[in-house]
This record gives sequence, C-alpha cells and structure tokens, in this order.
Amino acid sequence: MVKAKFAKFATLALHAGQQPDPATGARAVPIYQTTSFVFDDTDHAASLYNLERPGHIYSRLSNPTTAVLEERVAALEGGVGAVATASGMAALFLAVATLMDQGGHIVASGSLYGGSHNLFTYTLPRFGINTTFVDPRDPQAFKDAIRTNTRLVFGETLGNPGIEVMNLPLIAEIAHAAGLPLMIDATFTTPYLIKVFDHGVDIVMHSLTKFMGGHGTSIGGVIVDSGRFDWDASGKFPTLTEPYAGYHDLNFAEEFGTQAFVMRARAEGMKDFGACLSPTNAFNILQGIETLPLRMQKHVANAIVVAEFLDGQEEVEWVNYPSLTSHPDYELAKQLLPKGAGSILSFAIRGGRDAGRKFIEAVNLASHLANIGDAKTLVIHPGSTTHQQMSAADLEAAGIGEGMIRLSVGIEDADDIIGDLKQALRRSQKG
Amino acid sequence: MEISVNGLKAFAATGGRALNANEPAVIFVHGAGLDRTIWQLQTRNIAFMGRRVYALDLPAHGRSDGQPLATITDMADWVVAFMDAAGIDKAKLIGHSMGAFVSLETAAKHPDRVEKLCLMGVAETMPVHPDLLAAAKDNQNLAPQLIVCWGLGEAAKIGGHPHPGYWLKNSCQTLLERAKNGVLFNDLTACDHFKGALDAATRVDCETLFVLGKDDMMTPVKKARPLADAVQTSTTAMIEDCGHMLMNERPHQVFEALKRFV
Repeated sequence: MVKAKFAKFATLALHAGQQPDPATGARAVPIYQTTSFVFDDTDHAASLYNLERPGHIYSRLSNPTTAVLEERVAALEGGVGAVATASGMAALFLAVATLMDQGGHIVASGSLYGGSHNLFTYTLPRFGINTTFVDPRDPQAFKDAIRTNTRLVFGETLGNPGIEVMNLPLIAEIAHAAGLPLMIDATFTTPYLIKVFDHGVDIVMHSLTKFMGGHGTSIGGVIVDSGRFDWDASGKFPTLTEPYAGYHDLNFAEEFGTQAFVMRARAEGMKDFGACLSPTNAFNILQGIETLPLRMQKHVANAIVVAEFLDGQEEVEWVNYPSLTSHPDYELAKQLLPKGAGSILSFAIRGGRDAGRKFIEAVNLASHLANIGDAKTLVIHPGSTTHQQMSAADLEAAGIGEGMIRLSVGIEDADDIIGDLKQALRRSQKG
Repeated sequence: MEISVNGLKAFAATGGRALNANEPAVIFVHGAGLDRTIWQLQTRNIAFMGRRVYALDLPAHGRSDGQPLATITDMADWVVAFMDAAGIDKAKLIGHSMGAFVSLETAAKHPDRVEKLCLMGVAETMPVHPDLLAAAKDNQNLAPQLIVCWGLGEAAKIGGHPHPGYWLKNSCQTLLERAKNGVLFNDLTACDHFKGALDAATRVDCETLFVLGKDDMMTPVKKARPLADAVQTSTTAMIEDCGHMLMNERPHQVFEALKRFV
C-alpha cells in the first residue's frame, strides 16, 4: 500500500508558511513592520476590501510576517487556518465573539487560567453571555450543563493550575452530540505534545506568549480551526451560516466552507475589535517555534525529574503532575500525552500560605513572575496572583489551595533547578 | 442558491452576490470528492466583475442532495439539468479535474449550452492508482491524504499562501474528508472509467482555455496536451510552481487567466 508523505513536525516548525522572500531572497522570515500595503489599482483595492482576493490591506487585518506565523501554527496543529491575535486572551475573546451573540452560553471547565475564568465570570455576562463551570474530570457534568442556548464547550488540555487532564475524546463526543464545537486552550501542551484535532477538538487556541514563543519576550495568541465542525448541520451559528450585512450579506459557510470560522473571525473580529499581533512579536514568536520540538523535549524531561524530586521531599505535602503515578489522571495522560504531560506542575509546601511565601522568596534560579512556558524556570503563588480574583469557594472548586505553588520547569540543567528548589524548600520551613 | 434539479435539492455558491439574469453566466464544476467551496478564491472575484456565478455542488456533494452520479456523462447531463432549472440558456463552464471532464463532456454533448470552456488540471485519461481507489472504497482517510500528497506542488506543501493564515494542505484534506461516505470512491471510479475525453475534445467547437499546473503529478501537462491539440480553438495558461490544485495553490495566477476568459 502506498503512503502519503508530508513534512513532519520539526520540519514544519522551521519551514511551514514561508518561502524565501521573493523580493530579496531572505531566508529568515522578514519583519514587515508596516501598517499598510500599496494597492495595484482601484479594482485591486476594492477586491481586497470585499474579500474577493487574498492579500494584505492593513496590518490590523493581516500582515505578511504574522501570516507566516498563522500558517505555521495551523500546519503544526493540522488545522485549515489560523488567526493570530495580540494575546491569548484576545484569541479567546475573538473566538467567543465569532461564535455567539448576546444570550449565548458556554460550558467550561472550572479549572482555567485566571484571566479566562475572569472573562467568563465577570466580563462576558456584561455582554449577555454566561458560562457554567464544571469539573474538568466529570464528562457527565459537561453534558448536564448544556442548554438550548449553549454555543461552546471550552477547556484546557491541562487545567490551570490544577493540572487536570481533560478527556478530550469523551467531551468532544458530548459536545458534538449537542451540535456544539469543543474549543481547547492547548497553551500548556503545544501541538508538539498533543495535536488536539486528532482527539475530536474543533478549535484550538494558544497563548503564544508561553511555550510556542518560549523565551518570554513577546505576547501573542492564536486561534486555529480544524475545519471539521459542520456549522450548517448544527444550525446554531447564524454568524457563520446566515448573511452578514457587514459584507453585503456574505454567508461565510456558503462561500468559504471549512474556512468559515477563521474568515469571519478575521473579517469581523480583527477589523472591529482590532486586537492584532505586531509583526515584530510575530517574528519573535516564529523564532521560538523554530526550536519548539527541541525545547519541549527538554521541558518534559526536566519536568518529570523535578516532579519526582519534589515528590520525595518531606517539606512537600503533595505534587500535582500527570506523569506521576500518584496523579488521578495518570492513565489518561499516558493515553493523550505520550510524549509527556507538559512542564507545569503544582505542589503544596507544608506550612500553608506562610511557608509558600518563604519558598517563593527563597528561590534564586527560578524567577517569581506571572508567566509560564519560558525557557527559564518560573514560579508563582496562584492564590495571591493569577487567581487572586477568585473567591475561596471558586479556588477550592478549581483545586487551588492557599499554599499551592505553580512551577513552570525550564530547560536549564535539571540538577541546577533541583538545587535551587531544594534550598528554597529548606528555607521555607525555617522560622 | 438552492433550487430543485430532477426533484432534488441542488446548491450553488454565487460568490456572495445576488444573481442578475442580464449578466453572463459562469459555472464552476468541482473535482472528485470536493464541493463548491474549492472555488472560494475565485468565485467572489468573478462574481464582482459582473458575472452570474454558480459554483455547483454536484449531487451528494456539499449541500446538494441525492446520490452521487456514477458516470461523467451522467454528471454532464446533470449540469445541463441544473442550467435548465436555473434558467441559464448558455454559460461559460470552468471545470477542475473530474469537473473538467464533466465540463468537457457537457460542451461536447450539449454544444448549444456552452459558450466557452475552461479545463483546469485535466488530462486525456485520469487512471486512478488502485491503492487510492481501495482506500476511497473503504472511506479511509488515506484517500484524501494521497490526493493531497500527489495533488499539491512541492511549494504548496510548505506553504507561504497569499491568503493570510490559510494552511492549504489541511484545507484540501479536510474538505475531502468531509465528503459523504462513498462519494470520493464514486467520483474516482467515474474518472478512472471515463475514456471519452479525447473524442469529446474533437467535438468541442467553442473557445477553450486550458489552465495547467507545470508540476501537476495527477494530470501531468504531457497528458493534457493531446486534449488541447484535439480542441478546435484552444489556448493554454501554464502556471509555474503549481501542482494539481491550481485554484488553491496559485489563486492570483489562476484569476489572471480566468479574468480574460470570463
């Protein structure tokens, strides 16, 4: 039997979306730091504005450097198309606003990045969109929470900061049975560790700021569409299946088929909300993606060593990392994340909030900051920072204890990371 | 637009523009296992030039109901039935791959209905690899993968598409995967069995444009030349660095060729 041969992941990470620059022969992706693009003539201008021809008008809508990034991430995910945004949060809002109007409802995992939780809990209700949060480990809860006005099921591959592994195939089945798409934030895992479209997910988003960029230099986000969700058959998405007056009654599903969602997201969302990614940030993130496979290999190799170290320390009450046999989702992680369960782990230090504070202040190599997914090891206390807006009950529901520490294991030498954690743990227990 | 053809729902995209009976009609016919949306980078272009565009969903494809038609001749007759139902007396026909065979057969069999003919990614015969046919018969994803692997030019497999954020490889593959079970196998079989292209070409008396991808592995240029030679009046637009999926791989160059044609 013949085989279909295509470029593999590491090759795509380096090459997808770019041909050497036709104008100069530049091999690296050029930074097109320009707001606008000259039209050939008035007909050309009109055709670009009317979505008749592909091309660039204004960098809020699209830009050649950013387009390489979009195409590359779409290639790595196995999607039909992508739209890059100013941040991961901009990506999430863009997706929600493309899919639903006021009166819409979302069923979401309760274990989410704090910013996403805040958007769903406080901000979207101001626009008439409400969310029901459910236990990410309870597929039946997702099913039970779906209402007639639900338009999206949402979660993260690995919960934040509880590190729950979401049962993507099962929850995708539940969403699809209700005529709904499943959208996943795969920031923690990247397409190197899991290609979520292979597990039934319809839309994936990333904060590109994290592992994809990987060097803590640039904020960015992206949404990628699998092209597999049948908007027509669902009948719940008039933004995609009914005429849009903003483009002379253009019907996105009718004209663009599998591209309907990304076309609408760009044509409306980037134009009207305007949360575009700067070309320079797109370039920086592309530089990171070039080494994504190498970095992720090192991240997960270090993470398991660090997790096992922490697990054996008397100062540590518990460690949450799905590649540890003690983790409740260990078997699911083996199935969905055979290359490794990322490099974010959480743990609790004996002595609660006070010991946690001492630990944070004692680390030297690890940096105390809000980010994750940097090549450098990072550490934070979610209860007082990323998730500080959550009530005690919400914190409990999200599996976040007051003393929990979230660690983003970098790609330094594992011995050095462990050495730093060891001395900080000892100091955390001193009076 | 949705109309009834032979008592069944038939669908065509119009490029997002209201149809005007006073404008010349242009009909797009898709290839095996695909649907109207494969023309998405052409239909709006052409429609807003002041043309009445119909990008067809053949029966059982896209939004059209019914069973897939077994032969190229059946499909050609259906195109004419669509024209009858839509009130189109005469049209310019643009077909790709299997759709090129259908358009060619339509022009040969119904010369009074075809004003001009554009054949894209076409050859005198389209023998289908037995492994591809077997995979399509079993509705395996290998079939779309093979078509994309053989159908895209090397440059297109890496990308750098003019449409921002558009990943061509998966766009083509996903569209093929979304075809109803049995449809791709039916279409590939119809292509494989159709041996009348050269004869049809000799009977075509309208102006005919061939748009060919220089690196097309599925319908190589040398296999298209006998058809071009057989047609009374033909011109050829050769698209460089391009495989079989011309309208997606090189939308600008294809549009330039079509702009003069329509």
